[in-house]
Amino acid sequence: MRGYNFAYLDEQTKRMIRRALLKAVAIPGYQIPFGSREMPLPYGWGTGGIQVTASVLGPDDVLKVIDQGADDTTNAVSIRRFFARTAGVRTTTRTTEATLIQTRHRIPETPLREDQIIVYQVPQPEPLYRLEASRAETRRMHALAEYGVMHVKLYEDIARFGQVAISYDYPVMVNRRYLMAPSPIPAFDNPKLHRMPALQLFGAGREKRIYAVPPYTDVRSLDFEDHPFRAGRAPHACGLCGAADSYLDEVVIDDRGQRLFVCSDTDYCAERRAAGHLGTEGVAEAAE
Amino acid sequence: MTDETLLSARRLSLSFGTIPALVSVDVDLWPGEMLAVVGESGSGKTTLLNVLSGRLSPDSGTVWYRDPAGRLHDVHAMEAPLLRKLHRSDWGFVQQDPRENLRMGVTAGGNVGERLMAQGARHYGSIREAALDWLSQVEIDADRIDDLPRTFSGGMLQRLQIARTLVTHPRLVFMDEPTGGLDVSVQARLLDLIRTLVSRLRIAALLVTHDIAVARLLAHRIMVMQRGVVVEAGLTDQVLDDPQHAYTQLLVSSVLQA
Repeated sequence: MRGYNFAYLDEQTKRMIRRALLKAVAIPGYQIPFGSREMPLPYGWGTGGIQVTASVLGPDDVLKVIDQGADDTTNAVSIRRFFARTAGVRTTTRTTEATLIQTRHRIPETPLREDQIIVYQVPQPEPLYRLEASRAETRRMHALAEYGVMHVKLYEDIARFGQVAISYDYPVMVNRRYLMAPSPIPAFDNPKLHRMPALQLFGAGREKRIYAVPPYTDVRSLDFEDHPFRAGRAPHACGLCGAADSYLDEVVIDDRGQRLFVCSDTDYCAERRAAGHLGTEGVAEAAE
Repeated sequence: MTDETLLSARRLSLSFGTIPALVSVDVDLWPGEMLAVVGESGSGKTTLLNVLSGRLSPDSGTVWYRDPAGRLHDVHAMEAPLLRKLHRSDWGFVQQDPRENLRMGVTAGGNVGERLMAQGARHYGSIREAALDWLSQVEIDADRIDDLPRTFSGGMLQRLQIARTLVTHPRLVFMDEPTGGLDVSVQARLLDLIRTLVSRLRIAALLVTHDIAVARLLAHRIMVMQRGVVVEAGLTDQVLDDPQHAYTQLLVSSVLQA
């Protein structure tokens, strides 16, 4: 597109972000400050993720953008179109075809490979922010690896609800050193962070922080010995493709309280249906 | 200083501008001993406590602490991580206002368990057991374990703070007016509790108070401070029954006899 640099950001900014990314990869889970730029979309829509994507995107990359697992929601569509116009890169909705995936709130169900990069949009990079108001103090806690207070939060949940009641943005220990907020992915996706072959980059635009998890890095969800971490999911099968192992969205389908559970990962669901798997609703559709 | 001394300070001096808060103060504390620092407000008691615990740096002088392995540490030359570790395991701090120390948005059990979790305890069942045990030791009903501290009375808050501090079995506890702001009957009960716990667990304690009666009840030894200077020090009964310094005489004689 004329009048813009490749992938919108100027080269100096990209260099600055890449330097931050290199540091982030060198210290897994540690939050690196960076000079976040104004982007042509509002805070909370992925200004951090879009800057990281712009900095690592090359002309040969194939880009996939998902929002809550779906390729066809506003956020995903607009960011995908943004890079198609400003960088002219090929885009896709298929997880296996993509070399670069920008995501909001999900990790694709299809396991990622070594030649892929996943970029997370992060609203709040500081896992301790609800427990300790002072950033100076949280930085000190990270420096000294004093994370007892996070377990106090887990203790409180178990005392009150009988289980840990964090369903998304579930805190993790990266490489047995830094406590990290995995962005608001469901706790269901946490096990996928552990020793993932793909490079994982996290960008928080408003908070001006970048962090990363290099391939094959240990990522452990916090828990107690007698209350081990459990990845929760709705106890149903997908209504469209019948998958019993994927993360599900609950969709209200009429005004009489009827509900449908479907895969939140639209690509995974479509692939399964193409391969002949059908759920209860899918079968009904085919019969009509 | 002998091989036994737990905490030892030599020639501590600190002034805030032109106001001398500490003038060449020496302190020695042995394991299992309770030392009271008394004096009127503004005499430097709390400053002394803060300097001894490493929260405040003196202008001159040194504070030595002997760790369980017998090594001596210069408290003010210690690296920050080590000092913080000391503060959450070997040492305890009891504030006059328990709200400063407690997490008001966290249940009583969570408050007691926090120091254990900070030390790496990762077994929910045993943390809860320890919390229940300590709540009963400070005479708080077991069924209050999941209540927030803001539903507790002043005396209960202070006892909860003590439970939270002692749960890691510290060797040295700093207490800053632990009975201040409580009514007399609650005070008496709390003093009784502190005395029992400290003697049973053989904790050394440094107690700052302006209340001579509290000092007489709890402390083995006493230091009297006036304008940053230790004017008299010795065994509690000796100092209080036969005060030598004019200021101590004044302090002792100003206590109302019931």
